Amino acid sequence: MGTFLSLPSQQEFQDLAEKTGFSLEQIGILHRRFTQLSHGEATLRREDFKTIQDLSCNPIRCQIIEAFFDKRNLQKNGKGSVQEIGFEDFLTIMSYFRPPRLHMTEEERAGMRREKLRFLFNMHDTDNDGTITLEEYRHVVEELLSRSGALGKETAKAIADAAMLEVASISVGHMEPDEFYEGITFEHFLKIFNNIEIETKMHIRFLNMDTTTLCT
Amino acid sequence: MPSPARTLIVGSRRGFWLVIFICLSDTALPLREASAPSCTDNSHGDPKLPRGTANSFETNHTKRSFPVLHFNYEHVRIPFEISLWILLASLMKLGFHLVPGLSSVVPESCLLIVVGLLVGGLIRVGGEKPPVLDSDLFFLCLLPPIILDAGYFLPTRPFTENIGTILMFAVVGTLWNVFFMGGVLYAVSQAGGPYLGSMDLVPCLIFSSIVSAVDPVAVLAVFEEIHINELLHVLVFGESLLNDAVTVVLYHLFEEYVGVDSVSVLDVCLAVLCFFVVSLGGVLVGATYGILAALTSRFTSNLRVIEPLFVFVYSYMAYLSAEVFHLSGIMSLIACGVVMRPYVDANISHKSYTTIKYFLKMWSSVSETLIFIFLGVSTVAGPHSWNWTFVTVSILLCLIARVLGVVGLTYIINKFRVINLTGKDQFIVAFGGLRGAIAFSLGYLLKEEHFPMRNMFLTAIITIIFFTVFVQGMTIRPLVELLAVKRKHESKHSINEEVHTQVLHHLLAGIEGVCGHYGHHHWRDKLLRFNKRYVKRYLISGERSREPRLVAFYNKMELRHAMELLESGAGAGARMPSVPSTASLQSFQSRVPASSRAAPQISKEVEAEIRNILRANLQKTQQKLHSYRRHTLVGDPFEDNLQERLLEKQRAELGRRMSVFLTDQPQDSPSRTRSRPPAATQTKARIPAIQEHLPFP
Repeated sequence: MGTFLSLPSQQEFQDLAEKTGFSLEQIGILHRRFTQLSHGEATLRREDFKTIQDLSCNPIRCQIIEAFFDKRNLQKNGKGSVQEIGFEDFLTIMSYFRPPRLHMTEEERAGMRREKLRFLFNMHDTDNDGTITLEEYRHVVEELLSRSGALGKETAKAIADAAMLEVASISVGHMEPDEFYEGITFEHFLKIFNNIEIETKMHIRFLNMDTTTLCT
Repeated sequence: MPSPARTLIVGSRRGFWLVIFICLSDTALPLREASAPSCTDNSHGDPKLPRGTANSFETNHTKRSFPVLHFNYEHVRIPFEISLWILLASLMKLGFHLVPGLSSVVPESCLLIVVGLLVGGLIRVGGEKPPVLDSDLFFLCLLPPIILDAGYFLPTRPFTENIGTILMFAVVGTLWNVFFMGGVLYAVSQAGGPYLGSMDLVPCLIFSSIVSAVDPVAVLAVFEEIHINELLHVLVFGESLLNDAVTVVLYHLFEEYVGVDSVSVLDVCLAVLCFFVVSLGGVLVGATYGILAALTSRFTSNLRVIEPLFVFVYSYMAYLSAEVFHLSGIMSLIACGVVMRPYVDANISHKSYTTIKYFLKMWSSVSETLIFIFLGVSTVAGPHSWNWTFVTVSILLCLIARVLGVVGLTYIINKFRVINLTGKDQFIVAFGGLRGAIAFSLGYLLKEEHFPMRNMFLTAIITIIFFTVFVQGMTIRPLVELLAVKRKHESKHSINEEVHTQVLHHLLAGIEGVCGHYGHHHWRDKLLRFNKRYVKRYLISGERSREPRLVAFYNKMELRHAMELLESGAGAGARMPSVPSTASLQSFQSRVPASSRAAPQISKEVEAEIRNILRANLQKTQQKLHSYRRHTLVGDPFEDNLQERLLEKQRAELGRRMSVFLTDQPQDSPSRTRSRPPAATQTKARIPAIQEHLPFP
């Protein structure tokens, strides 16, 4: 079977802490969770994610799981996805969800915003071409409405169309009749979130104390 | 400005002040009549009656001339006076907005108190005793509309996200204020000697418990005008609502034990238990009435006219029921509004929704005005017993206790919060702790025999209220600008934001699942799923119960666009204001790669079904503006007399949009479409138009 996960040393944890910005306790807890999910192996695969109970009722679980294996999020070169991730990659993905620190300069804040929005963008842009096309957007809305049955597909189409129109009008303004709106680029994507402070909304609380034994 | 307009404005202003003057003299007149000596016999003392009637009691049926004109004021006295007061209050409010620039410098609450002082002064000069703000009137009639308005339009998302912080401030903060202030006052009074006279501990404590609670009416009145960001608004406002339970318990506790020397541990335990009973009981009572209201609204589809009545009556019953058991009426009202709102909004017609919104805003506005005016009048009425030491010490202690409390609590809270509260936030929270009429009414309820220094208390309470409302209320706006506190974003929620907010919510819930940590998102997700699966089915009528939130939002947005089209394009043949021309969408569609262009046409049945769905949704959706601010109701484009034209426009617009969405080929060359007027008779020829009349229920 696969290699058993050896307990990383304090030094490795220290390196990871500096790289990703988590504290040592948080890394310890996440490591325990990683071990639990991977059943003692050194890497996680997609099947391991499917065992998580809470994800099963999540409408966008496929995209979430894909995001873990996306090379762009793992800050590796190249496009496409990997088949398995190690603990360091796991931490890298988790670091996208850290809350902003208390004393951050404006640039640091803007940088964090861009990173988080980049993560969201990559989640939607499944074909790695740098834009969210109408098809991809429709797919997103369909997933969101996937629990409404037959109504979902048609309304999803209408909603996605209206949303693209709106982005076009925000980003490009008035368009000539023969101009063509390719898709949402990353810059346009940023504009959508002008009014939402993403750095204060897109975060989860990373505990310093262990409660993972209570959950599946 | 051209001169005829100017003279008109000046003339109208002069006329306005003339009306005010007449009103004031009218107010004084009935009060004088009211206290006219002794008998209520209507024929007494009035010179207008023909003399014959005065003798009609003594003599038996002597013939008298038929009285043409009667004067019977006593019959209508009470409703007449109430109406006059309300009229006065509303005219005052109107007046403030006529004077340019006044309302941007001085908050309305201050102006209204000043008006109250003037009116009180006038009445006293007229030789009468000015009326005092009756506590029953206040708690049973004036306060509930304001709280219901606040609770019904409470922004639930930020409220629940910060509920921990809010509870800390409300409960622990108020307790700290009470005991710190009470303790120090007691110490000062023991040491102060001749100036203060010695007061027992319990009167000090009850005084501080009355004064310590932040008042929702005052907070609303001031914060509505300064538009700070949502987080701070919800923190201060939520605190002012939730500290009611603490105030109620402490007030009754100290009132019970006023004569007792020592307080045992059992009493303290009972008090703590009482607190939980009061707060949780209040919430439970409110939630029960809320569910009842939601259930009732499910069946009102045939009788739309009385829908608003159910909302109001159930909420008021929730308040009164809680008051019967001395539970926290405010928390009950808030719970009722929060629980019933999502279901009632889904069930009632659009007109009922507008009615509820407008009535609530109107009543709460009038209530607030009356409260502040009466505060001013009651100040003139007295009785007062001014004691310099007591008043200055209590004001100082109020400020110090508040600042220390906020700073200390924030230090503790920041250890548990993910987004910390900065120094600026703390300052606004501390500075926004205004006291108001609740404190006055509670003080007024104190009985003289238990509390001999009640008048001194009342004077101090009034001074503190004046201080916080005037000084803090007036300076908070320039301070907010000086400190560059983040303001509220006045943006309309777009469909993109809604889609991405939902994506974000699911993403965060999923990541929490991966981390194995049950946080805020996880529980919220669970609650939403529970709501969808079990609760909505019983409380929402028809097929709205299965409508996902995104679809509801989309329909609302489409409606809003159609409305905007109506507003801007009425007769002018203008284009759609906020959505790019269909021409660009056509080019967008037409450049779809060839492979998907070969996709089959949507069949006629599906087309008809889609049209049915969209039409059905149009019939049922309502427009919801973020309306938790009272003073500036966003202009509601739903006017009755526009409805017909609106429906015409909607039909045309819907036809045009659908023809683009459903067919792949552009129906017309872009430039020709744009040059045509938006009545779009062209589209009616292409696809079968929606023939049926779309009634708004």
